[in-house]
Formats: sequence, structure tokens, C-alpha cells
Amino acid sequence: MPDLNSSNSTGAGRWGSCPLPEGGGELITLAHGSGGRLTQRLIDDIFVPAFGKASLASLEDAATIDFPGSELAFTTDSFVIHPLFFSGGDIGQLAISGTVNDLAMVGSEPLFLSVALVIEEGLPIAVLKQVVASMAETARAAGVQVVTGDTKVVERGKGDGVFITTSGIGRRISPRPVGSQQICKGDALIVSGDVGRHGMAVMVAREGLKLEGELQSDVASLNGLVTELFNAGIAVHCMRDLTRGGLATAAVELAEACQLSINLNQPAIPVSRPVQAACELLGLDPHFVANEGRFLCLLPADQVDRALAILHSHPLGANAAVIGSVDDTHPGWAMLESAYGTRQKLSRLAGDQLPRIC
Amino acid sequence: MCLAVPGKLIAIISSSGASRLGRVDFDGIIKTADLSLLPDVQVGHYLVVHAGFAIAEISADEALATLALLAELAEFGEAP
Amino acid sequence: MNSRLPAGYNPVSPFRDPAAVKALLQRIESAVTRPWSIMEICGGQTHAIRRYGLDELLPDGIELIHGPGCPVCVTPAAKIDRAVELSLRPGFLLCTYGDMIRVPGSGDSLATAKSRGGNLQSVYSALDALQLAREQPEREIVFFAIGFETTSPGHAQAVQLALDEGITNFSMLCSQVTVPAALTMLLGDESHRIDGVLAAGHVCTITGIDEYHAIAERFRVPVVVTGFEPVDLLLGIADCIDQLEAGSYRVGNSYARIAKDDGNPVARAALVRVFEPVDMEWRGIGVIPGSGLGLREEFAAYDAERKFQFESRIGSHDDHSGCISGQVLRGLATPERCPYFGQSCTPATPLGAPMVSAEGACAAYYQYARFE
Repeated sequence: MPDLNSSNSTGAGRWGSCPLPEGGGELITLAHGSGGRLTQRLIDDIFVPAFGKASLASLEDAATIDFPGSELAFTTDSFVIHPLFFSGGDIGQLAISGTVNDLAMVGSEPLFLSVALVIEEGLPIAVLKQVVASMAETARAAGVQVVTGDTKVVERGKGDGVFITTSGIGRRISPRPVGSQQICKGDALIVSGDVGRHGMAVMVAREGLKLEGELQSDVASLNGLVTELFNAGIAVHCMRDLTRGGLATAAVELAEACQLSINLNQPAIPVSRPVQAACELLGLDPHFVANEGRFLCLLPADQVDRALAILHSHPLGANAAVIGSVDDTHPGWAMLESAYGTRQKLSRLAGDQLPRIC
Repeated sequence: MCLAVPGKLIAIISSSGASRLGRVDFDGIIKTADLSLLPDVQVGHYLVVHAGFAIAEISADEALATLALLAELAEFGEAP
Repeated sequence: MNSRLPAGYNPVSPFRDPAAVKALLQRIESAVTRPWSIMEICGGQTHAIRRYGLDELLPDGIELIHGPGCPVCVTPAAKIDRAVELSLRPGFLLCTYGDMIRVPGSGDSLATAKSRGGNLQSVYSALDALQLAREQPEREIVFFAIGFETTSPGHAQAVQLALDEGITNFSMLCSQVTVPAALTMLLGDESHRIDGVLAAGHVCTITGIDEYHAIAERFRVPVVVTGFEPVDLLLGIADCIDQLEAGSYRVGNSYARIAKDDGNPVARAALVRVFEPVDMEWRGIGVIPGSGLGLREEFAAYDAERKFQFESRIGSHDDHSGCISGQVLRGLATPERCPYFGQSCTPATPLGAPMVSAEGACAAYYQYARFE
């Protein structure tokens, strides 16, 4: 691999004087942000060693903290999407619902959010207003309050319009703990809707691909849907919202975390026609395409029918489907069974999928 | 190599210069493709697009023959 | 064309139908009387075979050998180095198909060059790169033109348009390869174990089957034009096995609905008008005479390698000394046999091109891993 030391130095350079010794000269590439293998390496090699496994706990969507009187959930997320506005949503909606969803995924009711903006010099104020209006509307619809925030501005060229970081606090509403350690052999997997919408909508906008068709982001707050499951007494074992890296990456992460086999049945995985067609055209696999309004639910198999009925009666769960099951045949592996009966082991991608011609 | 995807030609757009463009419907997603390599293709026909160019028209005769062959195979497979 | 396709014709789903796959597997099973090794030329075919597990489903004696039909895998490291150089040059924009972005040259890939300031744009078509040249006349737009015969006609059209419109800020860095010379080399190698060949269906939509007759004759190997969907792959394999069992070695076409025997004469004319055969280095394999396509003299102004000066020289750049990509590409070894496979060589940390290319055999084996 390349020697990149020539563009880096420990003296006062582009990044200031770094007191740490030369670390091999490796640079962050876009693939480090894709949610795939390189992102995992950053977590394993840098963040966990620094912050400690205990405090980063189970690497679930949110951290649950025992607080006198109740259990809180706490999470944070950053949003750097480009373009800021895309079919079906914008960065403002994403910033709120992303954090709302992370809190919901650990069985908590999202309550309070903080919002930090890093704005690039030159961004039209009208754009900022639109983004903030989206955030406000999304928060209102999700029933959460934005209670604190911060704003910074960086010089032109040092940002991408606006970067948003949201942190959120929620209060546990699930009667039992919810997380990967609760997953049992025999559990079923439900996906709350068809996959791949967000990633395709954004890719088309970002790469200037000029595809016409119903490609819209699925960005949505899922807490209402999750609350209904708990209100109905569904014994949810684990939930995971599907974001970058898509359904397949979430399945891999869950399998590794619970050390059981997650078996997915490909024909059962719902993919809308436009997403399927766009993926075919660009040579992409919809199972790895990002979502922003879909989640996986692992629950006892005998509760599937009731759970599906609840999901189907909610606008965000209309396409919910059972897509797999959990057993212990290959601990730590996520498997995908094709329509032909053959199975492959799923693994994270090296980086983002890109349109291909081969 | 060669991700080439089938679609239906729904319109021919006349364009300036030598390139002739068409709107192709890929099961609900529509994309423009360059038709200059298929000067005889007509609206309503199926073609295959690779890297922005329509490179082949789907032969109805051959497609139907292949489908017939597959149907025959399916029957044969079910025979006792 | 005598008939019309019915209004609700679905060009894809019948060729993925599990019942048809099952029926074809049964047909193959009943036809096979002894072991056969069949090479599929195209990386896209390899990818589909691994993804759907077709190699597992075929009778035990049938071995599928993966061929060198991955233009990304065979693009010489030095070409990538030149693409990287251009991407880092002020005022330049390097446009490329997404496939090439993460493949390392002798050092950087276009992706790592981008992280140190390279100007890179992923494009879906050469026409998109040409459009960027029209829209940004102050910038030098270079298109990294890789591909087999399927892709080169489009490149020819783009260059012709540029010439006709008098666009001067556009050029191509060409790394285009052709199949017949490579197939001849593979079959001419005494150590090959190839009994039959599945020709690349989309390459043949352009070239037709003409050039394969001599190859089939000379090496006594059946060559069957084959598509990419599970049913198409099995149709091709079934036809190939029928020939092998009968001892015949003709050129067959099981993809005739798309690849006509005569190919696409208009596309071939475009190729001949703009390109000429050149000797080409195939990464991991070496130089195969007459196996590439380069721009003709009259289009020299659009040839990035004639238009610009480069620091990196064209020549043999060895990949990691342990990388067996050459053997993999020639079907002499499978990726799993490589000692580095999945250990130090992974898609994120590739030692050679077939592991990082989406169509590479090594990447296909890694991404579609089987379990015991």
C-alpha cells in the first residue's frame, strides 16, 4: 500500500502541531465512513481502546444508563450528508429522526435532543432556515423536544454546507432489556418495510445520475411504531435501525454481537420495484444500500403474527415482513439463503458501493 | 465485465449533433441512453443498455424461443 | 424480426426463475457422464455463479474455472498510476467508472489519491465525462477508458463526438482489452485444464461469434455464448456439456436473444474507425500481443498518453510478490488456494486487483463466502 508519509508531518502543518508520534501516515478515506469494514476498524482500533469497552458497552444503537429512578438511554449521531436536500427528505429530517430512532431501538421513548451545527461560511441563510424548519417539524411530529444547541461557522471550503450533530436522551419503556444479548435461538427477524430507498435516493442526487422514477428517501421517525409494539406487549428482544451499510451489515453486526446465526431468506426481503430497478441499472446490491426509516426486530417466533399485524396497520410498517430466523448453526455468522436454496455468508463491504459497469 | 441491463425504449429524443438519444424504461426507472449504436431500434422495442449506450436489441423471435424452451423443460421435469 | 414481444414481457424474471433453474440442473445432471471443466470468461459471470451458488448446485464432476474477463483486474498498475498522476494535477479532473476507484496501482488507488487532494469524479458513462468537459471548459477532463469490446464502442462514440464538436479539454486514458487473443493465449498454455468455454455474452453482442470459430477448431474446445442470469448461465453450461458429451467443438449461442451471431456491425464499425489493435499488458499475466485497443493517429489529440507527460513509466510493475492473481485470472488456481486469501489479502487490504475489483474472482469468493 502507498507510502503517504510525504504528505504528513509532525511539525506544525495543515492540522496543527500534533504531539503524537507518526502513526504510519495512513489517511482517512471515504471508505472509513461507509459503515463497512474500515469503519469497524476505526471503532475497534481507536475508539474502543480510547474510551474503554465498558463505557461503550454493547455498541447498540444507544447506551442505556441506570439512573436512580429510571433507566435512561443516551445517544449521539452526526449528519454530513451531501446534498443537503434530496428526494424524500433533507439533512434536518435525518438529524432528528436518526437520533430518535437510535433511542427507540433500545426500547426507550425519545424525550430530549441537543443540536449542534457546524455551518460553512457562504451557506445561504434561507437554506439554514429550511433545514432548521425541517428539524423542528420532524421533532414535533416525533414528540421530542430540542432543548439545547450550539452553532459554529467554519471558513468557506472547510465544511459541506452544514454538518449537524444531535444527541438525545430517552426513558426506557420496554419492560425488559432490549439488545443483542437478548436474542435467542429460535427468534424470528422482521424488517419493518422495503429496503434500499434512502441510499438510492441520495446516490442519484449526489452522483447526478439522472434517473427518473419513484426514488425517495424513506427517512422517518420510528418511535411511534416501536411504542405500539411495546404497548401491545410484544416481547421484543432486539431492534436495530438500518442505516449505512444496509440490511446485510446490520445482520452481520447482530450476528457478531449475539454470537448466534442470523439466517436471512432473500426472496422474503422486500425491495420496491424502483429501488430494485435502480440497483440493477447501477450494479448495486439493495441489501447493502442505506435506509433511514426501517428497522429490524428480533422477537420470539410465536409473536410474529401479532407483531406483523401491528406493523401493517401503521403507515410506516405497511411492507413489514418476516425475513429470517436465528439459530446456532454458525455462531457469529449472518447467512443469506437464495431463491435457489444456496447460502452465502454475509460480510461487511470494504466501503460504499459505487455504480459499476462490470 | 459488462453489466448490461434490459429495458423498453419508450421515446426517441432528437438531439443536436451525431448522437441520438432515447428514454428507456427499466421496470419503472427511466434513464436516457445513447442509441447511436442501434440506428434501427424503434419505440416499443426492448434493448440492452451498458454504460449509457444501447448495445443490442432483444430479438423477439429468440426470446420467445428461449421462453418456449424453458416452458418445455419445466413440463419435462414434472413428467413422471 | 418477425414477432413482437407481448405487452407484459419481463426481460429479467424468467431468467431468474427457481423452477427453471431446477429443471436445467436436472437436465444437466442427466446429460453428464464424466467430469468436465468449463471456463466462464467474464467476471460478471463469475460473480453471478458465486452469488447464487450455481457452482454448488451443479453435479459434482462439473468444475467451473474462472476466466480473465475482468477489465478492472487486468488494467496494468502503471495505467492506474498515470490516472492517479492526472487526478493530482491542478486543473485536471479524472473521470472514471466506479469499478476502478479502489484498485491500487503500484502505490495509490484513485480513492487514496482523492484523500490527498486528487480530483476524481465517478461517472456512469463516457458521455457524462464528455458533458463535464463541455460544462467546465477551464478544466482538463480525462476519462479513464477501461473495458472489453462491450464498452469500447461507447468510448469510440464519445471520442468521435468530441472531435466533431471541437472539444479540446477532453481526452481518454485507454486501457481497453479484447477477448480472442487472451482466450487463444489461455488455451495455448499447456497447463490449462479447460474442456469447454462459456463466451462472454455481452462482449459477443458487439463482436458476434465469428472470431471464436477458429479458436474452437484449433483447440478442439466447444465455445458457447452465455449470458449472466442464473437460467442463462445454466443454458450455456447445458449446451456446452451436450457438446462435450458428444465430442463436438463448435461455437454455440445460448444467448441469441441478445447476442446475435453477427453481433452489432454498427458498434464494430465505430471500434474500427476510432481504435486499432495494440499490444496490451494484462496485469498479473503479461503482454498479450494484439489484445488491446488504442486510439488511432487521427484521434491522437484525445489520447491522454500522447497529450500529456507522465512521471510513471509504462513497464512491468510487479504486484506483491506473493499475489497469485495471474494464476487466478488464467484459471490455474482458485482464490481459496492462495495463502494470503482472507488473511492479509482482503477487499479492504488487497494485494492484487482481483480482490478489490467488484468482478474479480477473489472478491467474489470473499464476498460470497461459503460455509462448511
